[in-house]
Amino acid sequence: MRHNIAFAAAALALCFAQPASAAVGDPRPPKDVHWSFESPFGHYDIAEVQRGFQVYKEVCSACHSLDRVSFHDLISTREDPTSGIGFSEAQAKAIAAGYKVPAGPNDKGETVDSNGQPLTKPGTLADHFPPPFPNEEAARAANSGALPPDLSLIVKAREGGPQYVYSIVTGFHEQPPAGFTVLPNKYYNPYFSGWNISMPPPLAAGQVTFSDGTPNDLDHEARAVAAFLSWASEPKMQERKEVGFGVIAFLILLTVLLYFSYRRVWHGAH
Amino acid sequence: MSDTTAEEPTRRDFLYIATGAVGAVGVAFAAWPFIDQMNPSGAVLAMSSIDIDIASIPVGQQVVFKFRGHPLFVRHRTPKEISEARAVSVTDLLDPDARNANLADGTPASDANRVEKAEWLVLTGVCTHLGCTPTAYEGNWNGYLCHCHGSQYDTSGRVRRGPAPQNLAVPVYAFTSPTKIKVG
Amino acid sequence: MEPKAPYVPKTAFTRWLDTRLPILRMLDETMMTFPTPRNLNPWYAFGAILTMCLAIQIVTGIVLAMHYVPNADLAFDSVETNIMREVNYGWLLRYTHAAGASMFFLAVYIHIFRGLYYGSYKAPREVLWILGVLIYILMVATAFFGYVLPWGQMSFWAATVITSLFSSLDQIIPHLGSTITTWLWGDFAVGDATLNRFFSLHYLLPFVIAAVVGLHIWALHVPGNNNPLGIDVKSPQDTVPFHPYYTAKDAFYMGLYAILFAVIVFYSPNLFGNPDNYTPANPLVTPPDIIPEWYLTPFYAMLRSVPQKLIGVLVLAGALLTLFFIPWLDSSPVRSNRFRPLMKQLFWIFAADCVLLGYVGSQSADAAWNLGGFSLPLVWLARAATVYYFAFFWVLMPLVGRVEQTKSLPDSIAKAVLSGRATSAAPAE
Repeated sequence: MRHNIAFAAAALALCFAQPASAAVGDPRPPKDVHWSFESPFGHYDIAEVQRGFQVYKEVCSACHSLDRVSFHDLISTREDPTSGIGFSEAQAKAIAAGYKVPAGPNDKGETVDSNGQPLTKPGTLADHFPPPFPNEEAARAANSGALPPDLSLIVKAREGGPQYVYSIVTGFHEQPPAGFTVLPNKYYNPYFSGWNISMPPPLAAGQVTFSDGTPNDLDHEARAVAAFLSWASEPKMQERKEVGFGVIAFLILLTVLLYFSYRRVWHGAH
Repeated sequence: MSDTTAEEPTRRDFLYIATGAVGAVGVAFAAWPFIDQMNPSGAVLAMSSIDIDIASIPVGQQVVFKFRGHPLFVRHRTPKEISEARAVSVTDLLDPDARNANLADGTPASDANRVEKAEWLVLTGVCTHLGCTPTAYEGNWNGYLCHCHGSQYDTSGRVRRGPAPQNLAVPVYAFTSPTKIKVG
Repeated sequence: MEPKAPYVPKTAFTRWLDTRLPILRMLDETMMTFPTPRNLNPWYAFGAILTMCLAIQIVTGIVLAMHYVPNADLAFDSVETNIMREVNYGWLLRYTHAAGASMFFLAVYIHIFRGLYYGSYKAPREVLWILGVLIYILMVATAFFGYVLPWGQMSFWAATVITSLFSSLDQIIPHLGSTITTWLWGDFAVGDATLNRFFSLHYLLPFVIAAVVGLHIWALHVPGNNNPLGIDVKSPQDTVPFHPYYTAKDAFYMGLYAILFAVIVFYSPNLFGNPDNYTPANPLVTPPDIIPEWYLTPFYAMLRSVPQKLIGVLVLAGALLTLFFIPWLDSSPVRSNRFRPLMKQLFWIFAADCVLLGYVGSQSADAAWNLGGFSLPLVWLARAATVYYFAFFWVLMPLVGRVEQTKSLPDSIAKAVLSGRATSAAPAE
């Protein structure tokens, strides 16, 4: 028996042997940063998420859409404290109204105005964040052929989650290693697979001024936008963890009762 | 199996009853998400209230909007339509209830209880017989005529000839400015 | 096996029902009075756990289908915009269903390995085993179809890779393979037509599984349960009625499993998932690595271990079909590995072998280990592991049963239990 366990353990241990050689272009592991929401009892820091929203609005939204987030998602209600990012319904309505969303044909059946621009109307709570480009082709044309990905799920769509987003956004400031070619229209970023990323460095220190007085160095800006994008990818995370605590506590109680019932039934019969 | 008969039934039973009760409570709590997921979702609820601009509706015309999946009639009434509606005694009506969601049930169906401002009639455009959409400015009272089965409504949307049993419903609405209404 | 206490309806209604549809009698005989060996250990609770998993998948699946849209343009949004963000508790239903698939396979692998260890596939339980293998294959198909539905990058490309396997049949009969793949796709590539039919089949197969599970339990109840000693029930002292003994015991283990399930759903719901599936499907961009979910990685490793596509497909098919033959491959007259010291060691090597295959299947195709300067491509490990997989069933099982020195079996279950020899910690484990 001991031989078998040893053998199986060795086989399993080998499974975790690290593969060798970091080849050129292999992305560097993300930086080791942490946020308030990562632990099982963690929650989003609403102030940080709002700062990140500001960074998204002022910087990222020029190129990156946020298709899946709706203006009413921003609302936090008293009945559901885990909802939203701290805005009231009136504030969210004002945010929505500040955006122009596509409007349907007017009474004459026209879909564009006299300048050939698509008709728009002010956003409402039911609308989603409008994209900066009407379609993929326009996005590529404006970005030297590269497509800025939608950011609604970026934190879940990348290995490393918020750490990856933070690392990419802060990872532009190194010189490429000797002999490495940075391709035209691209930038060196060791955290990106292939090390050639099409996005120019998006953030600089002091680029966004936070109304709550938080320092606006690159680290704080990057942390904020990573926190906001984490919320955008998983707005239900806090609710999930809170419900989970109750469910698991209940299941432990039930299982303990089931255990004692089982022992009572079997008393003497083993 | 027979070793346990000497146990006091109360202590053993209490454990089993407690376990069963906790299990039943768990089943009830677990069932709730499966039931609640069929309730209107956040996206539906966000559409449950709309703001409409009535500035461009001329007198004597009606515009139909879509509200919660149904037609919403916003009718700019002429003075004649208003006075005809006001001249009717509630006792002559087939349905004396105002059917106005902004007022209590049982409020009499006087024209004043059917509108917030006299010149603007806001109604859910669903015939109270079997759900068809009535046509405006038709019928003997020049209110609405439902072509499906012949129900007729007056210029206050109240049913005057069946088979519809009730007046056209007035939804929850309020003027947020002289030219804007929030419905729902 | 005949139940000890015959069912007697006690009320007028139950007497009336019994003569028209004896369903209560059937339930009583199969789940209440059914004589079950008294020495079953925790590994025997996984049948009940699997039933719980199937029920959870079906119920969450049905409510998810109320919101999911099986259209290539809308599917991803219906999951990520509607279900995950807008539908009340949609996130809970989706994460439960996704994690539930993994929990279902974890339980089924434990259940299968328990059957292998204790010889539950041996006569007279061959049909029971075959039905079980059939259930497993239906599960694999269901999981494959289900994974395509969210229409992420991995959904799309896994569908492309696996359905494309059939094109290797072109080498046997020209055009046969491409005809089959075009027929499967309903198009010239995986697309909307494929998605719609996969949704239909994904909704159908769980109910087919439920029906086969019914047959599986019926086939079990003819000879009755096997037990860790592998010896037949000889007298009523060897058994206890299923209720309350095993209803209580199974309920406890189901509770433990539910706790594990809940920890994953609520605290690490993307543990088994692949981030690439959070990117909408793009037929023009292939992800760097196409990897299936963990429960299919052993077969994926076998498939990739053979450079020739057709042979790889035959190896994959052979690995699954081999399972049907096990009752006739094992030559030992002794059922339980408790009394088969040589087979027991080979069994554990086999278990490690499957884990190794799974690990290799989860890595990219050109991955290698650096062993002190020497680079060992993982595909060679997969080849060795695949050889052992087939050798275990086709070579070792027939041979070992003939040559090994088995330990002496106890006289009866009751004797083994009452003699103080604990059923769950036998001396020479």
